[in-house]
Amino acid sequence: MTVVTPDEQAQAVERMTYREALRLALREELSRDERVFIMGEEVGVFEGSYKVTAGLMAEFGADRVRDTPISEEGFVGAGVGAAMLGERPVVEIMTLNFLLVAMDQVVNHAAKIGAMFGGEVRCPMVIRTPNGAGNQLTAQHSQSFDGWFAGTPGLKVVTPSNPADAKGLLKAAIRDEDPVLVIENLPIYKEKGDVPLDPEFVTPIGRAAVARQGSDLTIVSHSFATVRALHVAEQLAEDGIDAEVIDLRSLRPLDMETVAASVAKTNRALCVEEGWPSYGVTAELAARISKACFDDLDAPVERVGMAEVPLPYAKNLETAAMPNEDRIAAAARSVLG
Amino acid sequence: MLAMYEQMLLIRVFETEAERQYKAARIGGYCHLSSGQEATCVGVVDAMDDDDLLVTGYRSHGFALARGTSPEAVMAELFGRRDGCAHGRGGSMHLLDTDRGYYGGWGIVGGQLPLATGLALALVRQSKPQAVICELGDGAVNMGAWHESLNLAALWKLPVIFLVVNNKYGMGTSVERASAEPDLYKRAGSYRMHGERVDGDDLEAVIETTSRLLERAREQREPAVLEAITYRYRGHSVADAGLAYRTKDEITERQQRDPLLRTAARLRDAGASTEDLREIDQRVEERVQAAVDFALDSPEPDVGALAWAMYAKGSDEQFARMRPGSAFGEEELIFDGGLGK
Repeated sequence: MTVVTPDEQAQAVERMTYREALRLALREELSRDERVFIMGEEVGVFEGSYKVTAGLMAEFGADRVRDTPISEEGFVGAGVGAAMLGERPVVEIMTLNFLLVAMDQVVNHAAKIGAMFGGEVRCPMVIRTPNGAGNQLTAQHSQSFDGWFAGTPGLKVVTPSNPADAKGLLKAAIRDEDPVLVIENLPIYKEKGDVPLDPEFVTPIGRAAVARQGSDLTIVSHSFATVRALHVAEQLAEDGIDAEVIDLRSLRPLDMETVAASVAKTNRALCVEEGWPSYGVTAELAARISKACFDDLDAPVERVGMAEVPLPYAKNLETAAMPNEDRIAAAARSVLG
Repeated sequence: MLAMYEQMLLIRVFETEAERQYKAARIGGYCHLSSGQEATCVGVVDAMDDDDLLVTGYRSHGFALARGTSPEAVMAELFGRRDGCAHGRGGSMHLLDTDRGYYGGWGIVGGQLPLATGLALALVRQSKPQAVICELGDGAVNMGAWHESLNLAALWKLPVIFLVVNNKYGMGTSVERASAEPDLYKRAGSYRMHGERVDGDDLEAVIETTSRLLERAREQREPAVLEAITYRYRGHSVADAGLAYRTKDEITERQQRDPLLRTAARLRDAGASTEDLREIDQRVEERVQAAVDFALDSPEPDVGALAWAMYAKGSDEQFARMRPGSAFGEEELIFDGGLGK
């Protein structure tokens, strides 16, 4: 018989997919706090458009895993109202693209409540939704608007890039007192990694991670861009280039301390995102790095994002438009001069 | 009924004073007055239980006052002062008073409907017996949020009354020029929901109808649409003279049916003396003046607390690492959130 001490149990990990890690977080939080409930299209009977909520309706009932009609403005707003009365709604939006029809509820309502009412009422809700391009879903279904939301005071935005953070950040979001947008990523739902089983494991909001240590160049990234950046770093290593990869994990709040410390060490920065770079996450990063690390930089801050076109359908065009590994590697070499 | 008459008069006098203060530049922004709509405000709120919830659009002074929020707290909010009901952060459109179940005046037409639906959902989840009144103007019924909210409320059997305050005009566009079905209450039928119309200037009729619908909502979880027909005497906001889209004759004609005159007449029929009414007049005038004095004395919000309450307690630590490279001055924002009380 194997004796497992409480400490060992707390540190136990299990290898699982990003999707399973999200589900574990939801199951744990539904069990922990009866105020938590899930609401969204196809989350219950259908078991989730991407199966994140599979089995949860059977386990927790139709009240706590609530199917909605296709009515994003309606049910996102219902989440806002329920949160104002102390519930902890976790609203699933099938993909980030569909959140645009609920933009008024997110930006004009949820984000405003704390400040606009002088702190008299709060809105502790979570909206979780995947984005991600690369499956020929074309212009209306392949977009990353992370920067739009991260640029909105009153919201918090987190973007897990691996299974452990998928669990940890979703749990942190559910336990947070403010509206938090959890932007997931479709292409990495199937990726596997070690996930802590401790039900108290959370990834703190506002803390970036150094996903790979290096000394020649800092690649700043989040979500799927981190996965690509890590692959690129391995390719560069074969040529003797030692890249550091920062996974932001949280876009608002943004952990610039970790970014600035890394750039101070490497003196070179490349920012990568899945969204359009103009006015985007990398634009913000470049501005902040240029100011915070002005004396440290040996080259202009470079960035890579989605080509600035509505994403085309044809596979070769789609691939060419994406911030793919070839483009990231080329940009890294250009920063190194 | 004397007390309700006093509430209605308080709204009328308060709004007249608010317009005066706006023109004296003590009140800024948009300022939408409820003058002429007092019977709807007071009647609906009278029908509510103390723990029922209220959400409104931006024409909110009348509802806040009817619900019992002090004229001092409302006037101080209009003045942008620290003792305002939203601590000077909300202004005319964003009054609230959670102690009285008033979850806000909201500024985007129709945006408050999904949110009110969510309040009702929370009540059901918490097995509470209350209901929600969600006020909206006639201009809001052509928003998608109206359709989505009514559908969800009916589908999920939520205790919410959508109170359409039909004052004939959404800004300057008449109901007939905006709505293909101008009998707005009939639209409830699309959701197999009960819809009803009431003379919103008839205090007793408003109370009777609202009470009946609230009882259905609380006991049978039946949502409903209640359309109250009323009229606003002033323009859409203080900045609108209100004459580009209607005639002076129309306003004069509507003022013959004034809710205050009608209620006063009924009070007289019931035995109230001219002296009784005069006393109320005087008391209300004094209350409104006291509210102005209070608002003038209340300090302005502290500029150092610019970002106060934007995020909840504990968030300062989350944001602390954002400072390197931030825009000029941004690093000084402190949230120090938490509830205001």
